[in-house]
Amino acid sequence: MDISPLVYYGSIFVLAIFVGYYVVWSVTPALHTPLMSVTNAISAVIIVGAIIAMGTESSGASGTISKIVSFFALIFASINIFGGFLVTQRMLEMYKKKVKKDV
Amino acid sequence: MFSDFMSVDLTASLYLLSGVFFILAIRGLSSPETARIGNYLGMSGMLIAFIVTILNLEDNSLSNLILIVLGISIGGLIGTFLSKKVAMTDMPQMVAALNSMGGMSAVLVAWAAFLSPAAFGLEINGYIATASMVEMLLGIFVGAITFSGSVIAFLKLQGLMKSAPVILPLRHVISIGVFSIILICSYLILAGSQNDQLLFLIISILSLTLGLLLIIPIGGADMPVVIAVLNSYSGFAAAIIGFTLNNLALVITGALVGSSGAILSYIMCVAMNRSFFSVIMGGFGDEGTGGEQVKETRPVKIGSADDAAFILKNASSVIIVPGYGMAVARAQNSLKEMVDKLKEMGIKVTYAIHPVAGRMPGHMNVLLAEADVPYDDIYELTEINSDFAQADVAFVIGANDVTNPAAKSDPNSPIFGMPILEVENAKTVLFVKRSLGIGYAGIDNDLFYQENTMMLLDDAKKMSEDISASI
Repeated sequence: MDISPLVYYGSIFVLAIFVGYYVVWSVTPALHTPLMSVTNAISAVIIVGAIIAMGTESSGASGTISKIVSFFALIFASINIFGGFLVTQRMLEMYKKKVKKDV
Repeated sequence: MFSDFMSVDLTASLYLLSGVFFILAIRGLSSPETARIGNYLGMSGMLIAFIVTILNLEDNSLSNLILIVLGISIGGLIGTFLSKKVAMTDMPQMVAALNSMGGMSAVLVAWAAFLSPAAFGLEINGYIATASMVEMLLGIFVGAITFSGSVIAFLKLQGLMKSAPVILPLRHVISIGVFSIILICSYLILAGSQNDQLLFLIISILSLTLGLLLIIPIGGADMPVVIAVLNSYSGFAAAIIGFTLNNLALVITGALVGSSGAILSYIMCVAMNRSFFSVIMGGFGDEGTGGEQVKETRPVKIGSADDAAFILKNASSVIIVPGYGMAVARAQNSLKEMVDKLKEMGIKVTYAIHPVAGRMPGHMNVLLAEADVPYDDIYELTEINSDFAQADVAFVIGANDVTNPAAKSDPNSPIFGMPILEVENAKTVLFVKRSLGIGYAGIDNDLFYQENTMMLLDDAKKMSEDISASI
């Protein structure tokens, strides 16, 4: 008997929550703002959903609407990805300067 | 053409790999040295997820690929522009705006899946499987709340909307009513209603309304918690969609982001001695506290920049306590200049940061990093609190409630029990503030009337510059 997808992904979800719990507690409070912006960026991996929806041979009116909707999802998720990673990088660069100075 | 060599197992393994990269991205943030590598790993994880998805496309006609690239380019350009343009003081708004994007994407992807279920392999005999339907409904619900909630948070932080709590009459009744209708509509869809699309639309609109209703009663001082909570929601929305799409990268990432936001909210709540529930219920900052008028008649010592410069010059150790006022006045660079002058004179200067200083977790650290303050000089509440007793000067710039001794002494105070920075123990307290008004929590600060406190009433930036000039 095969395991159902819900239980399979559910198990991974639960384990990932535990991983997240321990990993996030290890983040230094000084970097909590970059933590928020980088988690913002990675949660936009939802872009794969938008791409999948874009890439299907659509048929009928609802197929067309689905494509339009996913096109907008693609835009929003991309804003999130680029904005999130780049602004995180910008913040982290500021911390870098001081490392050099101290050494 | 590509999909031939992308087996299901290979695809799933690569999504798992991108999930691992995301874990490493967060892990990197445990220290500033590893953080940048972590960020690059995060980007790589995203790139892997993207490439795998493209390679698995069913319709990889040129026109479709162009459309995908176009969408990403538009979003990418906007995102890049925003990330370069935003001022460090405005980071809370930026995070709120990005959160709203994440919430909106979840809603739209759920809609896309609902409209063309075949594309996602969700159809069984022409119907959407019940489990998938539940996941989509949940995705819409959480995603929409994240979106409208984040938009409100953004408007409040950006000052486009009053940051004070907006209390509607019967607000809990309204919220429960809206939620009930959402439940009823969901039930109708699951029971096989013919008006699926209309009901889906109603649920979307009502969920958006609910997000709005939940955030408008929450005041400015609670924004750090709100931002963290919405961050958490955007993660869970992604995870739920991950279940719909059976996608490992989404499920793992959603769980990570969800727990990250939840932990941050927990840290913020502890730092304010508030229960998570009381923050979410909102209304903080509108409770009138008795006896304020009496207090305001007490004498206050008001000093000038010259007085402050004199006191600072003669100190041997100074602790700076920055707060939201420093962010608003964009005073971090002027402050750094002032501190540099003091350091040249051999004075020991450190910074003390309260976990809820500013409008989001870590807000002050980023601003000080921007002004080139070495992060070895910056201490957290628990690390530095005992040092105030030995310090000659506590220089409070733009912070207020996080220094209020009433949190320790007055059981009637709304902030009673909140851990504070014990600046009152320093020999002298210099308190930079624009006016003698009350803080964001709407409460008076006993510190102003203490013997050893000197109020410096001016804009934080101007005051730091003036003090620098007269040192």
